Amino acid sequence: MPPPRSGSRLEMGRIRVLVAKPGLDGHDRGAKVVARALRDAGMEVVYAGLRQTPEMIVETALAEDVQVIGLSVLSGAHSELVSRVRKLLDAEGLEQVGLVVGGTIPDADADQLRKQGVAAVFQPGASLEQIVAEVRKAGGLRA
Amino acid sequence: MTRRSLDSPATLSGLPVERIYPADAARLPEPPGEYPYTRGIHRTMYRGRLWTMRQFAGFSTPEETNERYRYLLAQGQTGLSVAFDLPTLMGYDADDPMAAGEVGKCGAPVSSLEDMEILFAGIPLGEVTVSMTINSPAAVLWAMYLVVAEKQGVAWDRVAGTLQNDILKEYIAQKEYLYPPRPSMRLVTDTIEFGARHTPRFNPISISGYHIREAGSTAVQELAFTLRDGLEYVDWALARGLAIDEFAPRLSFFFNAHNDFFEEIAKFRAARRLWARLMRERYGAREERSWKLRFHAQTAGCSLTWQQPFNNVARTTFQALAAVLGGAQSLHTNSLDEAYALPSEHAVTLALRTQQVLAEESGVPAEPDPLGGSGYLERLTDQIEEAALEYMDQIDRLGGMIPAIEQGFPQREIAEASYRYQRAIESGGKIVVGVNAFVSPAGEGVDLLRVDQEAQSRQVSRLARLRARRHRTRFEHALAALQGAARGSANTMPFILEAVRAYATVGEICRALGEVFGSYQEACTV
Repeated sequence: MPPPRSGSRLEMGRIRVLVAKPGLDGHDRGAKVVARALRDAGMEVVYAGLRQTPEMIVETALAEDVQVIGLSVLSGAHSELVSRVRKLLDAEGLEQVGLVVGGTIPDADADQLRKQGVAAVFQPGASLEQIVAEVRKAGGLRA
Repeated sequence: MTRRSLDSPATLSGLPVERIYPADAARLPEPPGEYPYTRGIHRTMYRGRLWTMRQFAGFSTPEETNERYRYLLAQGQTGLSVAFDLPTLMGYDADDPMAAGEVGKCGAPVSSLEDMEILFAGIPLGEVTVSMTINSPAAVLWAMYLVVAEKQGVAWDRVAGTLQNDILKEYIAQKEYLYPPRPSMRLVTDTIEFGARHTPRFNPISISGYHIREAGSTAVQELAFTLRDGLEYVDWALARGLAIDEFAPRLSFFFNAHNDFFEEIAKFRAARRLWARLMRERYGAREERSWKLRFHAQTAGCSLTWQQPFNNVARTTFQALAAVLGGAQSLHTNSLDEAYALPSEHAVTLALRTQQVLAEESGVPAEPDPLGGSGYLERLTDQIEEAALEYMDQIDRLGGMIPAIEQGFPQREIAEASYRYQRAIESGGKIVVGVNAFVSPAGEGVDLLRVDQEAQSRQVSRLARLRARRHRTRFEHALAALQGAARGSANTMPFILEAVRAYATVGEICRALGEVFGSYQEACTV
């Protein structure tokens, strides 16, 4: 059963989101919970799963024509991996794709990521409600 | 708001909690030290010997990690526990393109015997027990460890410690797998067989529920999947031709100590009772040592909050108390800053002190299973045992744990439970102090450990020097011989040892095995 459509994007079609885990980290509890919550909120979710290189993620984003990419990193390697994804996106002419990131990310790194063009950073304890709202914003503002 | 969690009382895993459980002397199990060991595996428990205080540690480089180990030992820690970085855990060398940005980030990088020698420099491996959290490449890192012991002049029959080496829970929960399940099980069985012959004081496997729980399972699922994994290893070792009493005494376990205090204690008690019965009744083990489930416990990383991080000290303290009341043989207490990063020296010291206060000041270690006979606890122990057995039967009906994994059964059950849990937090049905109740506006700053940005380049250049100076034909021969063994049915451990001695790297050995065994990708579903 498809989830009910909701939100202001109703006429323009649903937000398409790619959820992926870059790098070697296998902790996918958060990514799966978030993917499911986004789907329950009416978005179309492409779940790329584990061990995605930045190149693979950008390729999938292009092929699946997503408006938002959500990355989950719990390994401490967020700064390197996320900035590589952002750079590749921009190089591919995908500046309009919103990038959001979640994981065990210290404040200083979160600020840094936002400066590099990450639309939202979700630290531990972020609520699903907040994540859904920010992803909508990232999809809407940049679409 | 604050009383909502008591509206319809249930344990964290959803077992209903009645208003009162009358004490029932008839329910008191056998005394501690007696089969099936519900109340503990020793008659006097901690009076005879305290649990081992073992903090999981590793970061940046082998040098910095070695320094942290010496610091922890100087602070009164009684055992070591190695955290490897993700490239090592996934069988990549520090100079592999796949390792970019990840070297030393969540553990110590170890690509070769040389790194392992640095990791344990000045640490006497004949005196300190060492636990190593490593799974897919476990045989390789264990071989390196044994060679370092040998170089220190410590005979293998004196080396004591634990290799995690539990590949099944990787497919189920932590997802650090390299090869398909069956060749992976063959490697694990090689280590169990090798251990039974050569390292009588080393646990070649630590069958782990910890990661299953962290992935979002309930206590019952954690217990059921872990013990069912254990039976799979037993079946494989028996099929190899080992007798149950040759290897069962060295099977060890690793559980989570989560928030629900009584449920956790009941889980540890149920684990011992279930395992003892399975070993004695289902497998006909004759030796008492084969019946006794020994376990390491770690407080629940997933219970730590980023908000109000000092609250984590309180959580960790009562989780540790549950592990001790549940009869753990060794314990790791999490640090207050671990929702942010790897622990700082200050935070890990406080976590160790928490165990020391528990051990020396609380009086708890004086009496084995002091809660035994409580109506509530005995009832919970029974309930958890029954519910876990039901799950285990279900997995038997699916054809065992490997088919169950291939069908995604445990993975789905865990994902469902974790989604339910998160929804309960969102709705306020489950209170998390500082997160969805008792929220404070300002953050509480903690000083975090920063991993040295130069770690990767230092590791890469050391590795380049090693590659240039080692004896080329020797390690190439060793790798070729290993592949020959992997294609056949010989135990791979002696071949891995030879490759390690020739300074073949983790990446080279894992790749050589991968050429024979193939790789594994899970079907990703949400």
